[in-house]
Amino acid sequence: MSGARDNVFPTRMNLTVTKTRLKGAQTGHSLLKRKSEALTTRFRVIVRKIEDAKLKMGKVMQNASFSLAEVAYITGDISYQVRESAKSATFKVGAKQENVSGVMLPAFESQVQASGSQFELTGLGRGGQQIQKTRAVYIKAVEMLVELASLQTAFVILDEVIKLTNRRVNAIEYVIIPRIENTISYINSELDELDREEFYRLKKIQGKKKERAANAQRELERKAAETLATADDNDNDDEHGAAGSSDTRNILSEQNDSDIIF
Amino acid sequence: MSQVTHKSRTLIAAIGDEDTITGLLLAGIGDVDAHQRANFLVVDSKTTQEQIEEAFTSFSKRKDIAIILINQHIAEDIRGVLDEYKAAFPTVLEIPSKDHPYDPLKDSVLKRVQLLFGE
Repeated sequence: MSGARDNVFPTRMNLTVTKTRLKGAQTGHSLLKRKSEALTTRFRVIVRKIEDAKLKMGKVMQNASFSLAEVAYITGDISYQVRESAKSATFKVGAKQENVSGVMLPAFESQVQASGSQFELTGLGRGGQQIQKTRAVYIKAVEMLVELASLQTAFVILDEVIKLTNRRVNAIEYVIIPRIENTISYINSELDELDREEFYRLKKIQGKKKERAANAQRELERKAAETLATADDNDNDDEHGAAGSSDTRNILSEQNDSDIIF
Repeated sequence: MSQVTHKSRTLIAAIGDEDTITGLLLAGIGDVDAHQRANFLVVDSKTTQEQIEEAFTSFSKRKDIAIILINQHIAEDIRGVLDEYKAAFPTVLEIPSKDHPYDPLKDSVLKRVQLLFGE
Protein backbone atom coordinates (compact mmCIF):
# COMPACT_ATOMS: atom_id res chain seq x y z
CA MET A 1 0.00 0.00 0.00
CA SER A 2 2.05 2.97 -1.27
CA GLY A 3 1.24 6.55 -0.42
CA ALA A 4 1.03 8.40 2.86
CA ARG A 5 -1.56 7.35 5.37
CA ASP A 6 -2.38 8.20 8.93
CA ASN A 7 -0.97 6.06 11.71
CA VAL A 8 -4.02 4.54 13.35
CA PHE A 9 -4.80 1.17 14.85
CA PRO A 10 -6.72 -0.92 12.33
CA THR A 11 -9.90 -1.37 14.34
CA ARG A 12 -13.50 -1.29 13.19
CA MET A 13 -14.17 1.82 15.26
CA ASN A 14 -11.30 3.65 13.60
CA LEU A 15 -12.71 2.59 10.26
CA THR A 16 -16.01 4.36 10.94
CA VAL A 17 -14.19 7.37 12.38
CA THR A 18 -11.99 7.64 9.30
CA LYS A 19 -14.95 7.22 6.98
CA THR A 20 -16.65 10.13 8.73
CA ARG A 21 -13.49 12.21 8.28
CA LEU A 22 -13.50 11.42 4.59
CA LYS A 23 -17.06 12.65 4.28
CA GLY A 24 -16.18 15.81 6.15
CA ALA A 25 -13.22 16.48 3.89
CA GLN A 26 -15.32 15.99 0.76
CA THR A 27 -18.02 18.35 1.99
CA GLY A 28 -15.41 20.95 2.92
CA HIS A 29 -13.80 20.61 -0.47
CA SER A 30 -16.99 21.23 -2.42
CA LEU A 31 -17.93 24.17 -0.19
CA LEU A 32 -14.54 25.82 -0.65
CA LYS A 33 -14.69 25.26 -4.37
CA ARG A 34 -18.04 26.99 -4.55
CA LYS A 35 -16.72 29.88 -2.49
CA SER A 36 -13.73 30.21 -4.79
CA GLU A 37 -15.97 30.27 -7.86
CA ALA A 38 -18.27 32.89 -6.37
CA LEU A 39 -15.31 35.07 -5.46
CA THR A 40 -13.76 34.69 -8.91
CA THR A 41 -16.99 35.75 -10.60
CA ARG A 42 -17.21 38.80 -8.39
CA PHE A 43 -13.55 39.47 -9.08
CA ARG A 44 -14.10 39.53 -12.81
CA VAL A 45 -16.95 41.98 -12.39
CA ILE A 46 -14.70 44.28 -10.38
CA VAL A 47 -11.91 44.02 -12.92
CA ARG A 48 -14.23 45.07 -15.71
CA LYS A 49 -15.49 47.99 -13.61
CA ILE A 50 -11.95 49.08 -12.90
CA GLU A 51 -11.00 49.04 -16.54
CA ASP A 52 -13.99 51.16 -17.47
CA ALA A 53 -13.47 53.55 -14.58
CA LYS A 54 -9.82 54.06 -15.39
CA LEU A 55 -10.60 55.04 -18.95
CA LYS A 56 -13.27 57.43 -17.76
CA MET A 57 -10.87 58.87 -15.24
CA GLY A 58 -8.47 59.71 -18.04
CA LYS A 59 -11.10 61.90 -19.65
CA VAL A 60 -12.17 63.51 -16.40
CA MET A 61 -8.63 64.44 -15.45
CA GLN A 62 -8.15 65.88 -18.90
CA ASN A 63 -11.16 68.13 -18.41
CA ALA A 64 -9.89 69.23 -15.06
CA SER A 65 -6.50 70.13 -16.53
CA PHE A 66 -8.17 72.29 -19.14
CA SER A 67 -10.09 74.06 -16.46
CA LEU A 68 -6.90 74.73 -14.55
CA ALA A 69 -5.23 76.02 -17.69
CA GLU A 70 -8.08 78.46 -18.09
CA VAL A 71 -7.49 79.72 -14.60
CA ALA A 72 -3.83 80.18 -15.30
CA TYR A 73 -4.74 82.13 -18.38
CA ILE A 74 -7.17 84.37 -16.58
CA THR A 75 -5.76 84.77 -13.10
CA GLY A 76 -2.14 83.89 -13.59
CA ASP A 77 -0.20 81.20 -11.83
CA ILE A 78 -1.83 80.32 -8.57
CA SER A 79 0.10 77.14 -7.86
CA TYR A 80 2.50 78.68 -5.36
CA GLN A 81 -0.25 80.25 -3.31
CA VAL A 82 -2.29 77.09 -3.36
CA ARG A 83 0.63 75.06 -2.18
CA GLU A 84 1.51 77.40 0.62
CA SER A 85 -2.00 77.62 1.95
CA ALA A 86 -2.60 73.92 2.16
CA LYS A 87 -2.79 73.35 5.87
CA SER A 88 -5.46 70.91 6.83
CA ALA A 89 -7.28 68.70 4.40
CA THR A 90 -10.88 69.52 3.72
CA PHE A 91 -11.28 66.53 1.44
CA LYS A 92 -11.00 63.34 3.41
CA VAL A 93 -12.13 59.77 2.95
CA GLY A 94 -13.99 57.52 5.30
CA ALA A 95 -13.59 53.78 5.22
CA LYS A 96 -16.34 51.27 5.79
CA GLN A 97 -16.34 47.50 5.53
CA GLU A 98 -18.63 45.56 3.24
CA ASN A 99 -19.19 41.85 3.47
CA VAL A 100 -18.92 40.28 0.03
CA SER A 101 -19.54 36.52 0.05
CA GLY A 102 -17.67 36.10 3.26
CA VAL A 103 -14.89 38.60 2.63
CA MET A 104 -14.72 41.96 4.39
CA LEU A 105 -13.95 44.46 1.65
CA PRO A 106 -13.27 48.09 2.49
CA ALA A 107 -14.95 50.90 0.62
CA PHE A 108 -13.94 54.54 0.61
CA GLU A 109 -16.36 57.39 0.61
CA SER A 110 -15.47 60.99 -0.03
CA GLN A 111 -16.02 63.43 2.77
CA VAL A 112 -15.85 66.99 1.65
CA GLN A 113 -16.06 69.60 4.31
CA ALA A 114 -17.86 72.21 2.29
CA SER A 115 -17.61 74.82 4.97
CA GLY A 116 -14.39 76.67 5.53
CA SER A 117 -12.41 76.70 2.37
CA GLN A 118 -8.77 76.59 3.26
CA PHE A 119 -7.95 79.34 0.89
CA GLU A 120 -10.01 81.93 2.64
CA LEU A 121 -7.15 83.95 3.91
CA THR A 122 -5.15 84.02 0.75
CA GLY A 123 -7.53 85.98 -1.32
CA LEU A 124 -8.46 83.03 -3.43
CA GLY A 125 -11.38 82.01 -1.27
CA ARG A 126 -14.27 83.91 -2.66
CA GLY A 127 -12.79 85.78 -5.49
CA GLY A 128 -12.32 84.28 -8.85
CA GLN A 129 -15.30 82.56 -10.33
CA GLN A 130 -13.02 80.60 -12.55
CA ILE A 131 -11.07 79.35 -9.59
CA GLN A 132 -14.25 78.25 -7.91
CA LYS A 133 -15.34 76.47 -11.03
CA THR A 134 -12.01 74.73 -11.32
CA ARG A 135 -12.22 73.80 -7.70
CA ALA A 136 -15.59 72.16 -8.25
CA VAL A 137 -14.29 70.30 -11.28
CA TYR A 138 -11.36 68.98 -9.32
CA ILE A 139 -13.50 67.97 -6.41
CA LYS A 140 -15.66 65.92 -8.76
CA ALA A 141 -12.56 64.39 -10.25
CA VAL A 142 -11.17 63.41 -6.87
CA GLU A 143 -14.48 61.90 -5.86
CA MET A 144 -14.27 59.70 -8.91
CA LEU A 145 -10.71 58.81 -8.01
CA VAL A 146 -11.84 57.80 -4.54
CA GLU A 147 -14.38 55.42 -6.05
CA LEU A 148 -11.70 53.96 -8.26
CA ALA A 149 -9.44 53.51 -5.27
CA SER A 150 -12.20 51.61 -3.48
CA LEU A 151 -12.53 49.27 -6.43
CA GLN A 152 -8.81 48.81 -6.56
CA THR A 153 -8.46 47.89 -2.87
CA ALA A 154 -11.31 45.44 -3.23
CA PHE A 155 -9.50 44.00 -6.20
CA VAL A 156 -6.22 43.53 -4.36
CA ILE A 157 -7.83 41.95 -1.31
CA LEU A 158 -10.06 39.65 -3.37
CA ASP A 159 -7.02 38.58 -5.34
CA GLU A 160 -5.30 37.39 -2.18
CA VAL A 161 -8.36 35.69 -0.78
CA ILE A 162 -8.96 33.81 -4.02
CA LYS A 163 -5.37 32.61 -4.10
CA LEU A 164 -5.67 31.45 -0.48
CA THR A 165 -8.94 29.62 -1.08
CA ASN A 166 -7.61 27.92 -4.19
CA ARG A 167 -4.58 26.78 -2.26
CA ARG A 168 -6.83 25.24 0.39
CA VAL A 169 -8.99 23.54 -2.26
CA ASN A 170 -5.94 22.01 -3.87
CA ALA A 171 -4.53 20.93 -0.53
CA ILE A 172 -7.71 19.07 0.33
CA GLU A 173 -8.02 17.54 -3.11
CA TYR A 174 -4.45 16.34 -3.55
CA VAL A 175 -3.18 15.75 -0.03
CA ILE A 176 -5.87 15.28 2.59
CA ILE A 177 -8.37 13.12 0.72
CA PRO A 178 -5.80 10.67 -0.71
CA ARG A 179 -4.32 10.27 2.77
CA ILE A 180 -7.68 9.42 4.26
CA GLU A 181 -8.49 7.03 1.41
CA ASN A 182 -5.16 5.28 1.93
CA THR A 183 -5.88 4.99 5.63
CA ILE A 184 -9.28 3.43 4.89
CA SER A 185 -7.87 0.85 2.50
CA TYR A 186 -5.10 0.05 4.98
CA ILE A 187 -7.62 -0.53 7.78
CA ASN A 188 -9.77 -2.63 5.46
CA SER A 189 -6.89 -4.81 4.39
CA GLU A 190 -5.76 -5.34 7.98
CA LEU A 191 -9.27 -6.26 9.06
CA ASP A 192 -9.57 -8.71 6.15
CA GLU A 193 -6.34 -10.33 7.15
CA LEU A 194 -7.50 -10.67 10.75
CA ASP A 195 -10.70 -12.23 9.48
CA ARG A 196 -8.77 -14.63 7.34
CA GLU A 197 -6.59 -15.60 10.27
CA GLU A 198 -9.66 -16.14 12.42
CA PHE A 199 -11.31 -18.19 9.71
CA TYR A 200 -8.19 -20.31 9.26
CA ARG A 201 -7.97 -20.88 12.98
CA LEU A 202 -11.59 -21.99 13.19
CA LYS A 203 -11.20 -24.31 10.26
CA LYS A 204 -8.09 -25.86 11.81
CA ILE A 205 -9.90 -26.42 15.09
CA GLN A 206 -12.86 -27.95 13.33
CA GLY A 207 -10.53 -30.21 11.46
CA LYS A 208 -8.79 -31.30 14.64
CA LYS A 209 -12.12 -31.89 16.34
CA LYS A 210 -13.27 -34.04 13.48
CA GLU A 211 -10.06 -36.03 13.57
CA ARG A 212 -10.36 -36.57 17.28
CA ALA A 213 -13.95 -37.67 16.92
CA ALA A 214 -13.03 -40.05 14.11
CA ASN A 215 -10.17 -41.48 16.17
CA ALA A 216 -12.38 -41.95 19.18
CA GLN A 217 -14.95 -43.72 17.09
CA ARG A 218 -12.38 -46.07 15.68
CA GLU A 219 -11.07 -46.82 19.16
CA LEU A 220 -14.55 -47.65 20.29
CA GLU A 221 -15.19 -49.97 17.43
CA ARG A 222 -11.86 -51.66 17.90
CA LYS A 223 -12.48 -52.23 21.58
CA ALA A 224 -15.90 -53.65 20.90
CA ALA A 225 -14.47 -55.99 18.34
CA GLU A 226 -11.77 -57.10 20.83
CA THR A 227 -14.19 -57.84 23.65
CA LEU A 228 -16.32 -60.06 21.50
CA ALA A 229 -13.31 -61.88 20.17
CA THR A 230 -12.02 -62.71 23.73
CA ALA A 231 -15.43 -64.06 24.83
CA ASP A 232 -15.45 -66.40 21.92
CA ASP A 233 -11.96 -67.77 22.69
CA ASN A 234 -12.96 -68.79 26.20
CA ASP A 235 -15.68 -71.05 24.84
CA ASN A 236 -13.51 -72.89 22.37
CA ASP A 237 -10.42 -74.20 24.31
CA ASP A 238 -9.24 -77.23 22.29
CA GLU A 239 -10.61 -76.36 19.10
CA HIS A 240 -8.30 -74.08 17.32
CA GLY A 241 -9.81 -71.96 14.88
CA ALA A 242 -13.24 -72.72 16.08
CA ALA A 243 -15.55 -71.49 13.47
CA GLY A 244 -17.17 -68.49 14.60
CA SER A 245 -18.40 -68.10 18.09
CA SER A 246 -20.92 -70.63 19.02
CA ASP A 247 -23.20 -70.17 21.87
CA THR A 248 -24.22 -73.84 22.35
CA ARG A 249 -22.23 -76.14 24.56
CA ASN A 250 -20.60 -79.19 23.06
CA ILE A 251 -21.71 -81.93 25.42
CA LEU A 252 -19.45 -84.46 23.82
CA SER A 253 -16.34 -82.67 24.81
CA GLU A 254 -14.73 -83.50 28.09
CA GLN A 255 -15.99 -81.70 30.93
CA ASN A 256 -15.69 -81.77 34.58
CA ASP A 257 -19.14 -82.43 35.61
CA SER A 258 -20.06 -81.68 39.09
CA ASP A 259 -20.60 -84.74 41.36
CA ILE A 260 -24.10 -85.96 41.88
CA ILE A 261 -24.72 -86.48 45.48
CA PHE A 262 -27.80 -88.41 46.50
CA MET B 1 -7.62 38.36 7.25
CA SER B 2 -7.07 40.95 9.95
CA GLN B 3 -10.07 43.02 10.81
CA VAL B 4 -8.07 46.20 11.29
CA THR B 5 -10.33 49.22 11.34
CA HIS B 6 -9.25 51.80 8.87
CA LYS B 7 -11.09 54.63 10.49
CA SER B 8 -7.84 56.47 11.01
CA ARG B 9 -6.98 56.41 7.33
CA THR B 10 -8.54 59.54 6.00
CA LEU B 11 -6.01 61.37 3.86
CA ILE B 12 -5.31 61.30 0.17
CA ALA B 13 -1.63 61.70 -0.67
CA ALA B 14 -0.36 62.83 -4.07
CA ILE B 15 2.89 62.67 -6.01
CA GLY B 16 2.69 64.56 -9.24
CA ASP B 17 3.76 67.42 -11.43
CA GLU B 18 2.96 70.97 -10.55
CA ASP B 19 -0.32 71.29 -12.40
CA THR B 20 -1.71 68.04 -11.08
CA ILE B 21 -0.79 68.92 -7.53
CA THR B 22 -2.25 72.40 -7.84
CA GLY B 23 -5.54 71.03 -9.06
CA LEU B 24 -5.67 68.39 -6.35
CA LEU B 25 -4.79 70.89 -3.67
CA LEU B 26 -7.55 73.14 -4.95
CA ALA B 27 -9.94 70.30 -4.32
CA GLY B 28 -8.75 70.29 -0.75
CA ILE B 29 -6.71 67.18 -0.18
CA GLY B 30 -3.62 69.04 0.99
CA ASP B 31 -2.58 68.47 4.57
CA VAL B 32 0.45 69.46 6.60
CA ASP B 33 0.50 67.80 9.97
CA ALA B 34 2.08 68.82 13.25
CA HIS B 35 5.46 67.44 12.22
CA GLN B 36 5.50 69.59 9.11
CA ARG B 37 4.97 66.53 6.99
CA ALA B 38 3.00 67.25 3.86
CA ASN B 39 0.94 64.62 2.15
CA PHE B 40 1.93 65.77 -1.29
CA LEU B 41 5.10 66.04 -3.33
CA VAL B 42 5.61 68.24 -6.36
CA VAL B 43 7.87 66.54 -8.86
CA ASP B 44 9.71 68.74 -11.34
CA SER B 45 12.79 68.39 -13.48
CA LYS B 46 15.02 68.81 -10.45
CA THR B 47 13.50 66.02 -8.39
CA THR B 48 15.67 62.92 -8.18
CA GLN B 49 14.41 59.39 -8.32
CA GLU B 50 15.51 58.77 -4.75
CA GLN B 51 13.40 61.64 -3.55
CA ILE B 52 10.37 60.24 -5.33
CA GLU B 53 11.00 56.76 -3.98
CA GLU B 54 11.50 58.11 -0.49
CA ALA B 55 8.28 60.10 -0.63
CA PHE B 56 6.37 57.08 -1.88
CA THR B 57 7.80 54.80 0.79
CA SER B 58 7.09 57.26 3.58
CA PHE B 59 3.53 57.82 2.35
CA SER B 60 2.91 54.10 2.18
CA LYS B 61 4.15 53.66 5.73
CA ARG B 62 2.00 56.39 7.24
CA LYS B 63 -1.06 55.18 9.05
CA ASP B 64 -3.29 58.11 8.22
CA ILE B 65 -3.09 57.90 4.44
CA ALA B 66 -5.71 55.87 2.62
CA ILE B 67 -4.94 56.61 -1.03
CA ILE B 68 -1.79 57.62 -2.89
CA LEU B 69 -2.33 59.33 -6.23
CA ILE B 70 0.63 59.36 -8.59
CA ASN B 71 1.03 60.63 -12.12
CA GLN B 72 1.68 57.79 -14.48
CA HIS B 73 4.83 59.22 -16.00
CA ILE B 74 6.29 59.63 -12.51
CA ALA B 75 5.16 56.12 -11.67
CA GLU B 76 7.27 54.96 -14.59
CA ASP B 77 10.34 56.37 -12.86
CA ILE B 78 9.79 54.27 -9.77
CA ARG B 79 8.19 51.31 -11.57
CA GLY B 80 10.40 48.88 -9.66
CA VAL B 81 9.20 50.04 -6.27
CA LEU B 82 5.60 50.09 -7.43
CA ASP B 83 5.71 46.58 -8.82
CA GLU B 84 7.01 45.37 -5.49
CA TYR B 85 4.21 47.11 -3.61
CA LYS B 86 1.53 44.59 -2.78
CA ALA B 87 -0.21 45.98 0.31
CA ALA B 88 -3.91 46.76 0.23
CA PHE B 89 -3.56 49.99 2.23
CA PRO B 90 -2.84 52.61 1.18
CA THR B 91 -4.16 52.08 -2.33
CA VAL B 92 -1.95 53.31 -5.14
CA LEU B 93 -3.79 54.92 -8.03
CA GLU B 94 -2.04 55.95 -11.22
CA ILE B 95 -3.55 59.02 -12.84
CA PRO B 96 -2.75 60.70 -16.13
CA SER B 97 -1.26 64.13 -16.37
CA LYS B 98 -1.77 66.96 -18.79
CA ASP B 99 0.96 65.79 -21.12
CA HIS B 100 0.75 62.06 -20.58
CA PRO B 101 -2.58 60.40 -21.20
CA TYR B 102 -3.44 57.27 -19.33
CA ASP B 103 -1.93 54.05 -20.59
CA PRO B 104 -3.47 50.94 -19.05
CA LEU B 105 -0.62 48.75 -20.21
CA LYS B 106 1.81 50.36 -17.79
CA ASP B 107 -0.36 50.29 -14.71
CA SER B 108 1.15 48.08 -11.97
CA VAL B 109 -2.19 47.02 -10.62
CA LEU B 110 -3.62 46.09 -13.99
CA LYS B 111 -0.48 44.15 -14.77
CA ARG B 112 -1.26 41.91 -11.84
CA VAL B 113 -4.73 41.36 -13.24
CA GLN B 114 -3.28 40.24 -16.53
CA LEU B 115 -0.98 37.88 -14.69
CA LEU B 116 -3.97 36.32 -13.03
CA PHE B 117 -6.01 35.89 -16.17
CA GLY B 118 -3.37 35.69 -18.82
CA GLU B 119 -5.32 38.04 -21.01
